[in-house]
Amino acid sequence: MNGDAVVVTEVEKVFGRGSAEEVTALSGVDLTIAPGEFVTLIGPSGCGKSTFLRLIGDLLEPTAGSVEVFGKSAHQARMDQDYGMVFQHAGLFDWRKVVANIELPLELRGWSKADRAARSREMLDLVKLPDFGGHYPRQLSGGMQQRVAIARALSFEPRLLLMDEPFGALDEMTREHMQGELLRIWSETDTTVVFVTHSISESAFLSNRVVVLSPRPGRIHSIVEVDLGERNEDTREDPRFFEASTEVREALRAVEDGS
Amino acid sequence: MLATAFAAVVLVVLHWEGYKWVGQQTGDRVPGTDIELLVDTDDLTMPHAKDILGEFVVDVRDGRSTLPMSLYLLKKAWFTLQEAAIGFFLGLVVGLALAVLMLRWRVVERGLLPWINVSQTVPLIALAPIIVTWGRLNDLPDLLSISLIAAYLTFFPVAVSALRGLQSPNAADVELMRSYAASWRTTLFKLRLPAARAYLFPAFKIAATLSVVGAIVGEISIGTKTGLGRAILEFAQRYAVFPERLYASVIGAAALGLSVFGLITLAERMFVGRTREAST
Repeated sequence: MNGDAVVVTEVEKVFGRGSAEEVTALSGVDLTIAPGEFVTLIGPSGCGKSTFLRLIGDLLEPTAGSVEVFGKSAHQARMDQDYGMVFQHAGLFDWRKVVANIELPLELRGWSKADRAARSREMLDLVKLPDFGGHYPRQLSGGMQQRVAIARALSFEPRLLLMDEPFGALDEMTREHMQGELLRIWSETDTTVVFVTHSISESAFLSNRVVVLSPRPGRIHSIVEVDLGERNEDTREDPRFFEASTEVREALRAVEDGS
Repeated sequence: MLATAFAAVVLVVLHWEGYKWVGQQTGDRVPGTDIELLVDTDDLTMPHAKDILGEFVVDVRDGRSTLPMSLYLLKKAWFTLQEAAIGFFLGLVVGLALAVLMLRWRVVERGLLPWINVSQTVPLIALAPIIVTWGRLNDLPDLLSISLIAAYLTFFPVAVSALRGLQSPNAADVELMRSYAASWRTTLFKLRLPAARAYLFPAFKIAATLSVVGAIVGEISIGTKTGLGRAILEFAQRYAVFPERLYASVIGAAALGLSVFGLITLAERMFVGRTREAST
C-alpha cells in the first residue's frame, strides 16, 4: 500500500504439488520494494530467484501468499501492461528488423505508426544504437542484441522492469559496459527495477538493495543495503564498492554454510 | 541452375543408354559373369531414349482429332493440375486448421494426432472409390472428388509441420508475449505463425508434389475420361505396342510434379521477401 511498487507477503511456491517430484521453490517470502528502487536478487542456483521474479511478473502464480504491484494484484498489473521484461537471451524475433522488435509492445497497445516510429527512434538513441534500426537481430553482436531487448522493454515506459540475468551471456567487458548503460537509462527514467543475477560484483554495483536468497526451500537469507551514490567506471575501484561486494559475498558464504 | 538440370538429364540418358548397350552385348548378363541383369534391355522393356523423346512429336488420337503427343500431354496435365491445385489448397486449409486446433487444446492434439498418422496408412487406391461414390451420390463433379483424394494426401505434411512450427517458439518468447498481456490469438499471429514459416514452406513443397500424385492416382482409380492419369492408364494398356508412349506420359507426370514444386519455391521467395520489407 501507500504507493509501494511491489509488496510480496508470505509467498510460497510449490511445483508439482502432490507428485513424487514435489519441490518447494520458495517459502515464507516477504519483500517490499519502493518506487524507483533498484533491487537485485542473488543466490546459489536452485534458490528460486527466477521463480521469485516470475511471481512478481505474474508469469507464475504463488501457491500461497500474495503479490501486489502498485497496489494491484500482480495479475492486474500484467493486464495493465505495467511490466517490461528482459531475459538472459535477448529473445528478439529474428523475422523482425530491430525497429520492428522495439515497436512490438507498442504495436500490441495499438499505437499509430508515426508514434511508434518516433518512439523507437528515441529508444535506439537511448541504447546508443541509432544506426542499427534497419538491421536484423542476427546481424548484431550479443551485447547489441541485449541493448535492443532493453530498448524493447523500456519503449512503453513500464513502471516496473523485471530482468532475469540479462547480461549473463555476455563477456566481462561488455557486461560492465552494459551495467553502466543500464544505470544511466535507469537514472533517466523513473522505472523500478528487479534484477536477477548470480554475479556478486554486478549486484553490488547496480542496486540499492541486494536480496540474498538461500536454497531448498528458497527463502530470503538477508538483505544488503548498498549506497554508492552516483556510479561510473571509477566506482569499480572505490573502497565502498569493495565493501559492498564483500558484504554480499559473506552473506552468500553464510548461505552456503547453511547458517 | 538450368545448366545443372540439363546436365542431370544428359547424365540419366547416358546411364540409360549405357546400361542398355552393355546388356545388348552380354545377352542381359552382368559382364564377365553368368548373373542375369535385374532389368532386361530389349526395346520393349527399355526403349531407346531417342525413341521416347521422339514420341513427344508423334501425333496421337484425342477423341476425334489428332495432335502431337507433347500437346496432348499438356492438355491432359492442365486438367490434372486443376484437381491438384484444388486438392493442395484444400489440404493446406484443413492442415493449418488442424494444427491450430491441436495447438490450442492439448486434448485435441493427444486425441487427433494418432488418427492423423493412421490416416496415411490407408491405401489411397482403396479410399478413392469410396470418395467418388460419395461424391456422385451428392452430385459432386468427379473433378472435385479427385481433389478430395489429393487433399487427403496433402493435409498430412501441412498439419504435422505446421504444428511443429507453431510450437517452435521457446518459453522465453512465449513469456514475453504473456508479459505484454497478449491474447492467445495475438500470440498466434505475432509470434507463432511467423515462427512457423520456416517449417511451413518445406511442407508446402511436399504437399504440392503429393497433390499431383493424389490427383493421378485418383484419376486412375475412378476412371475419369481425361487427365494425365487417364493417359497413363491408356498407354499402359497398349504398352506391348507402344512402350515409348507410356514412358513419355510418365515423364509428363514427373514434369508436372516438378513444376508445382518450382511454383511453391517461387512463392516462398516472394513471400519471405515481402514480409522482410513489411516489417520495416
